[in-house]
Amino acid sequence: MSETPDQFLILGIETSCDETAAAVVSNGDTVVSSVVSSQVDLHARYGGVVPEIASRAHVELLTPAVAQALVESGIEGNELHAVAATVGPGLAGALLVGISAAKAYALAWGLPFIGVNHMEAHLYACFLEEPDLEPPLVVLLVSGGHTMLVAMDAHGQYRLLGTTVDDAVGEAFDKVARVMGLGYPGGPAIDNVALTGDPTAVKFPRAMPQGLDFSLSGLKTAVIRYVRDNPETPVADVAASFQAAVVDVLVDKTRRAVAEVGASTVCLGGGVAANSLLRERILDLCTEEGLRCFLPSRSMCTDNAAMVAAAAWWRYRADGATPLDIGAQPNLRLA
Amino acid sequence: MLILGIETATIQVGCAIGGHEGVLACFHAAKGRRHVETLVPAIEFMCRQAQIDLSDISAIAVDVGPGLFSGLRVGVSAAKALAQALRVPTIGISSLDLLAFPVRYTDRLIVPVIDARRGELFYAFYRQVPGGAQRLSSYQVGSPDDLASELLARGEDCLVVGDGALRYPAILTEVSGAEAGGATSAFPSAASLVELAHPQALREEFVQPWELQPLYLRKSDAEINWNAAMDRAT
Ligand SMILES: [Zn+2]
Repeated sequence: MSETPDQFLILGIETSCDETAAAVVSNGDTVVSSVVSSQVDLHARYGGVVPEIASRAHVELLTPAVAQALVESGIEGNELHAVAATVGPGLAGALLVGISAAKAYALAWGLPFIGVNHMEAHLYACFLEEPDLEPPLVVLLVSGGHTMLVAMDAHGQYRLLGTTVDDAVGEAFDKVARVMGLGYPGGPAIDNVALTGDPTAVKFPRAMPQGLDFSLSGLKTAVIRYVRDNPETPVADVAASFQAAVVDVLVDKTRRAVAEVGASTVCLGGGVAANSLLRERILDLCTEEGLRCFLPSRSMCTDNAAMVAAAAWWRYRADGATPLDIGAQPNLRLA
Repeated sequence: MLILGIETATIQVGCAIGGHEGVLACFHAAKGRRHVETLVPAIEFMCRQAQIDLSDISAIAVDVGPGLFSGLRVGVSAAKALAQALRVPTIGISSLDLLAFPVRYTDRLIVPVIDARRGELFYAFYRQVPGGAQRLSSYQVGSPDDLASELLARGEDCLVVGDGALRYPAILTEVSGAEAGGATSAFPSAASLVELAHPQALREEFVQPWELQPLYLRKSDAEINWNAAMDRAT
């Protein structure tokens, strides 16, 4: 193998759900360019991500996203050092668009291919913005597709502490927002309207299943039933009360996770990490407990390819290239 | 002029390289629907064994369907990426054209049929012309019964080829004068793809990589249901 260059440039590709993304990252910690083509408008009328529509859109949007990422980075494809793509978890039909393209780029440019775990990529989003973070960390990953607490003991070493036994947080936000007529995506809509509402107006249940797992379907159903039975209650109050219940559960479990692991740092990741109440309450938790807190910017919380390229850098140093015959792994686990 | 062909429209995954000297290398595997696993390693293997450098390729041809959606996406995505990285143009050819091409020496009506799943078929009608097979109809999607009644209405001898013909042999052979092709004509061939693409490449009938799209012929279920709901509402 040749000498490691000063700047190891990885093209990252992300197509696991409804964002088509490409990015160039240097040495796992410097974003050279990052392009995200959101499909949110394509899915809005259906109130959620439609896998077949997402897969079709990825085929259309990926090549232009890669072209733009390369133009913005000012480098040619053959000046890259590796090509990485998310191989799972995610929507099977969506994943294979990115994997197929990434392998083809790698073959054409004569570069190694690196398959990346999407959840690991979310963890590395934190390292992109805060390179001096040190494991052990507790990371709360919350989005439309995932709800989990992960302990990162060292680079590449993770333990899944807890996950949802039913709905993902973002899913609950979307469904509740739809019932309240707030549109899609539900997270930002509820966050926004809740600002003017009374979070103590309605006492929604806070389900606390065993250990560090989450359960959100009971809360979701309670909100939907409440809205149906009490149409006169202001939407802002219902939204604020629902959001307060969700955040209570997330913060409580995070507090317990930190105690269990003995971590000194807490990070957030995933699209729901952009929620203003959750950010505020996690910050409060860290202040109370004397913990270091890292809240990534909104663009780094949602799916992007810079985090894929960052995770790929660590993966490549640990394991080398991924064999080209790897397939999509829709149910890939982190640990 | 060398053309790399990529074919992933059915359960088969295939690739080939050819040009004016004919087909130089060809790979096919039809087990397990392993499109994304197999395609790029197969291209790499084929190039190495045929001692062809990818930088010598001057166009990428791809089977755009109709066929298996996930298979088409693997092939079209790889074709776009290869074309972009190698800075070469692309050519898209239909799976049904590819099925008709190798059986073009018959006087009968040629009917390539691809299993569209959910009890449906993709098909079109072709007839032999000097140098190839000419398509007489649009690309269609319908049930085996739809196809059988269309064959009855046409009332001429026909050769039905493709994996759809293998899946529904009874319905098709009930039509008098219809014969179903065998296993060797079941899948579109990557070799036919480069053969058909070559004259197009000489005429510079290219599409840009970003214009290349699978030929789905069917909307997503969500869109179908949405449109139906809209129709009911209005
Ligand atoms: Zn994600």
